[in-house]
Amino acid sequence: MATLELGIDENVAISAIGRRRRLGPLFWAAIAWMILVFAAAALAGLLPFGPTDMDMLERRAPPSALHWLGNDGLGRDELARLIYGARVSLTVGLCAPIIGITIGGALGMLAGYFRGRFETLVVGSMDVLLAFPPLILALAVTAYLGQSILNLTCILGVLGIPAFMRVARAATLTLARREFVIAAQALGATHARILLRELLPNVILPLFAFFLLGVAVTIVVEGALSFLGLGVPPPVSSWGSMIGEGRESLEMAPRLAFIPAVTMFLTVLSFNLVGDTLRALSDPRQGAL
Amino acid sequence: MTEPVLLSVEGVAVDLPTPRGNLRAVDQVDLKVGAGQTLGIVGESGCGKTMLSRAILQLLPKKAKLSGRVMFDGQDLVTLDPERLRKLRGRSLAVVFQDPMTSLNPVLTIGTQLIETLQEHLELDGLPAKKRSVELLAAVGIPAPEQRLMQYPHQLSGGMRQRVAIAIALSCEPKLLIADEPTTALDVTIQAQILDLLAREQRRRHMAMILITHDLGVVAGRTDEVAVMYAGRVVERAPTPALFKKMRMPYTEALLAAIPKIDAAPHTPLPAISGRPPDPTRPIQGCSFSPRCRYATGRCYQDKPLLIQAETPDHQYACFHPIKAAAGVSA
Repeated sequence: MATLELGIDENVAISAIGRRRRLGPLFWAAIAWMILVFAAAALAGLLPFGPTDMDMLERRAPPSALHWLGNDGLGRDELARLIYGARVSLTVGLCAPIIGITIGGALGMLAGYFRGRFETLVVGSMDVLLAFPPLILALAVTAYLGQSILNLTCILGVLGIPAFMRVARAATLTLARREFVIAAQALGATHARILLRELLPNVILPLFAFFLLGVAVTIVVEGALSFLGLGVPPPVSSWGSMIGEGRESLEMAPRLAFIPAVTMFLTVLSFNLVGDTLRALSDPRQGAL
Repeated sequence: MTEPVLLSVEGVAVDLPTPRGNLRAVDQVDLKVGAGQTLGIVGESGCGKTMLSRAILQLLPKKAKLSGRVMFDGQDLVTLDPERLRKLRGRSLAVVFQDPMTSLNPVLTIGTQLIETLQEHLELDGLPAKKRSVELLAAVGIPAPEQRLMQYPHQLSGGMRQRVAIAIALSCEPKLLIADEPTTALDVTIQAQILDLLAREQRRRHMAMILITHDLGVVAGRTDEVAVMYAGRVVERAPTPALFKKMRMPYTEALLAAIPKIDAAPHTPLPAISGRPPDPTRPIQGCSFSPRCRYATGRCYQDKPLLIQAETPDHQYACFHPIKAAAGVSA
């Protein structure tokens, strides 16, 4: 009897420690891929070839010891273009959602906390922005301001604001009614304090999970725009423009389109997986908060 | 009441606009609390207790309309400018809420919540604030306070959380503490501990307290004065001993009768107050308790009884047919 009780106690102790939820091998594989892509993009300068060095004799050459992934239709090193493309895709993919999370998150929290006319105004203007066809807007802006990474980032960032605003506002709306906010008011906290110290730490969890999904979506959208020739200007490489260029030699060397496509697929999948896991972790229904 | 008056609620009424019409949650309430005194506010759910406490703190929902005066320490809180009101809250006025599950921020540690309150109001530096937090947690009976500072609310039990909420409320030595059903969400075994803790800290700090509850048993030994509320109005007000010795209002009597007795025979049906409180969106003519009152006569359905004095000036009740005989209650 005594040994049985001891055994139960031990199990309880282990499960109490093991409450840090298991994240699973998929999560860690996704993290590993993200680290690999980031490291490659950061260390791109160490490559022996630039992304625009052409070798006309080696056009569409198959992979070799010198060119690990072969050469593209203009004899440029495919691996170098892929890694420099990662720089563009990740820069745009990260910076655009940062614009969205900052402006959208701030607007959403203010709207959800203060309500009233400000909320009506914010939600109304976001609905207008959502109703505008995004591709047409991107087309119009690149046509007027020209193609550059900065313009692309700004357009995609602005297009992401409504979604972040909605997530932040929904979270704030439910939280602002909780008693700890009234308790903070009763303790004499200012509005700024309540927003920054009481609400922001609560809102940032779902917002950050959504941010990672936003990165994935932005990488895809950037790819689509570059594929259509609306993204970064040539000869700068991005994954989308590489797929677009590879389309021309799809019959002779299909890998030129497939390699960047697979890279983009794996990266987007990684961001989605990590974002989903974090969302599940921050979900109060499962988190027992 | 020999102590100087700290809080005086004068003719306070709260109206809430609802889709079904105007809801009068609090109706012409007058109350006084002396420094260091305890006032118990008793009434069943929905009688306006919480709205009254929010009206005192000026934390009503935005749509609510408040009339009357709330004089605290010589200032009218209703007309006080927001900045001075904000400084008063926390430092002079504090509140403990019903549900400690929701009154603490779930994603901040206990320490962050306590220390930041101290830094904000008392302008303490990091280290003294931390030291004081540990003292406060120890004072409210939390074992191993240093370790608790690092924990999150969900790692504590309900009773512990309420102790933390009390520690935060007490942190700036308020002159008045409003405890809004502080034990309703807790286990019965914890309730007495929390109430004793509140009473002890109140005596030690010479702090006034408003204890809001639906349980007459809770206010019995722990308050100086009791106000019984029904349908937004105070229907009886008396010093606690006088109230329990000689209650006048049939509603108070019914409330007391509804407390289960330990010496009653098993399977005795619980005496409940029949019927339900009136719909506050449809004000009824006459005494609001009349539909449920067993003493009600024709007049009770016509006129609204006002608060009148009993034998002693500090015992008031609103009833045409007060209970005459001393209700032989052995509480």
